[in-house]
Amino acid sequence: MNKDTSHINSLENEAIYIMREVAAQFEKPVLLFSGGKDSITLVRLAVKAFYPAKVPFPLMHIDTGHNFPETIEFRDRLVEELGLELIVRNVQDSIDQGKVKEESGRYASRNMLQTTTLLDAIEEFKFDACIGGARRDEEKARAKERIFSVRDDFGQWDEKNQRPELFDMLNGEIEHGQNVRVFPISNWTELDVWSYIEQENIEIPSIYFAHKRKVFLRDGMIWSADDEVVYRDNHEEVVEELVRFRTVGDMSCTAAVLSDATTISKVVEEIRESTISERGARIDDKRSEAAMEKRKQQGYF
Amino acid sequence: MEVLKIATAGSVDDGKSTLIGRILYDTKSLTTDKLEAIEKTSKQRGYDYLDFSLATDGLVAEREQGITIDVAHIYFSTKKKSYIIADTPGHVEYTRNMVTGASTSQASIILIDARKGVIEQTNRHFFINNLLRIKDVVVTINKMDLVDYSEEVYNKIKADFEELMSKRDYQDQKITFIPVSALKGDNVVNKSDKMPWYKGEALLEHLEQLNKADIFNVGTPRFPVQYVIRPKTEDFHDFRGYAGKVYGGNLSVGDDVIVLPSKTRSKIKDIYFYNEKYETASRRSSVTITLEDDINVSRGDMIVKEGDLPTIEKQFTANVCWMDSNQLTPGGKYIVQHGVNKVLAKVDRINHKIHPDYSGIDHDVTGLGVNDIASVTFKLNKPIFYDQFKNHRTNGSFILIDTQTNNTVGAGFIQ
Repeated sequence: MNKDTSHINSLENEAIYIMREVAAQFEKPVLLFSGGKDSITLVRLAVKAFYPAKVPFPLMHIDTGHNFPETIEFRDRLVEELGLELIVRNVQDSIDQGKVKEESGRYASRNMLQTTTLLDAIEEFKFDACIGGARRDEEKARAKERIFSVRDDFGQWDEKNQRPELFDMLNGEIEHGQNVRVFPISNWTELDVWSYIEQENIEIPSIYFAHKRKVFLRDGMIWSADDEVVYRDNHEEVVEELVRFRTVGDMSCTAAVLSDATTISKVVEEIRESTISERGARIDDKRSEAAMEKRKQQGYF
Repeated sequence: MEVLKIATAGSVDDGKSTLIGRILYDTKSLTTDKLEAIEKTSKQRGYDYLDFSLATDGLVAEREQGITIDVAHIYFSTKKKSYIIADTPGHVEYTRNMVTGASTSQASIILIDARKGVIEQTNRHFFINNLLRIKDVVVTINKMDLVDYSEEVYNKIKADFEELMSKRDYQDQKITFIPVSALKGDNVVNKSDKMPWYKGEALLEHLEQLNKADIFNVGTPRFPVQYVIRPKTEDFHDFRGYAGKVYGGNLSVGDDVIVLPSKTRSKIKDIYFYNEKYETASRRSSVTITLEDDINVSRGDMIVKEGDLPTIEKQFTANVCWMDSNQLTPGGKYIVQHGVNKVLAKVDRINHKIHPDYSGIDHDVTGLGVNDIASVTFKLNKPIFYDQFKNHRTNGSFILIDTQTNNTVGAGFIQ
């Protein structure tokens, strides 16, 4: 085998190395699982890293309650098939406990509220490392993120005082109460993830493929017409279109794109040709140019 | 398709971000929404050109000050290759970021402002590229449009830089000079017709034709054990696999090996990558190895080929780049992380401080401040298995961790 001739394979080797560093350096790691393609890729990498042993850490899903039903169904099946442990914590509980307040209005989303639920869960289980699927190509602030990114007791990211990360040596030394966010696919691009999913023949939720859906148009973006979760003005007319999703976040902040890509190879082709970056379809980043950086400082993924 | 990591170094206002933005723009790597954001902000600021630096300067503080203060990673690809640019800041006080960015890079771009020529910063940038033994260095002379695309200016800068090259101690480094204008796009992605006197390639053309032999140093195989895999399931009851990444060279089934530090001999039985067995594990692949003999191997141990042993010592001397505001002083204790192995280390002595601008060394040193580079001798609480950095980029390097703050406070290159 010649593992370093292919770009994707060298990224895979790097990610597997990082997964193993997490298992070796931390006592209670967890893999943050959203049901999206990036976290599904992480699961695949974790399975590969520890074969023939089981993945030595659980998955945790911070459920906003506004997920696409297809995602949840997929999540449960994946966990069962691979014999993994799954922890679910609900944003609804944080709302019920009065820890966070639901947003209202046209752009209401539970995306921001996830942070509180996540930090509470980290404390509850005493997780010292949380593996996430963030990639540096997604967004400018993320381009500066380390692979091992230390968070303080409040889950905060101090972007100006990040540990230098040299060679492939990962420093996982932390104090009690701190935790590390780990990003094994930091160096992957969106296209790399899709190419890997195609190469490995990994199953992903159906909403990533073109399907007929009731949608409405707002600010030039296509939104799922699910009135229970997504706010819609009366004049915003519902139509049926052939669409797919490029990211699978909260329904309230994830826009669809028109697409006829019904297979993985067609999706890869579409991404290759695409001129709108992935996060362009995420309304939460459009709030301001510094939106992502602000959320990260507060402990977001 | 291979991935090529490139470190960039330049001083304030050399136009480094503009150069990267230009590469992204001309390779059509900027998406419509990113391009629109750049157009909008450029217009707001009253520029009559597109400020490509907006594509890369990620943090709020950077946008406000108009400078780059941390390593940012930028991704783009062509039909031939995938690229990662580690955009490292060029200020004097940010040497640590440059070392960081260069440590994972195989090639580098040093930017020089054609109007200013070779300045003290250039010396530093080249010094670091040399210290880290980057095999391919492109000296990019930017803002040629502001010096009337003058061959004379280019030749003068080239001659000055060549004088610098005579001082380097790592000679196996290919250095290429390219005159460009990042703002106008000359010789960045496309060859310019403004400088007919320049017969070489455009910057991207140069990068496109680099192959493995141009960028990787080949050494002897080293296999630091990262993690021991013991499934204890019915199917794999006695399975004991050693997970790790192969460095330097390849390992094959049947190779006679020695496990360090116990110096136990064995043979490689199987090489797994996930559920498939392979005959050979090539360098930089993350595999799982099983051995013929049932011996005790744990994380931090190293599997090497028989007859090819690294140095096994409880002390070493290294060039250290210090990265912390607290000083390194003789007697100070740190964790040395050498690959995946961690040992306690004590600073035995600081031999001398090296001026990173090739202006000499200082023997009379009491401590190291942030961004200092010095030769330091360490004593360890147990032996490590190392090669000299000049022979093995991976097994000859380490990081220093402060035992109090847990921060990574330095990087070292074993002599």
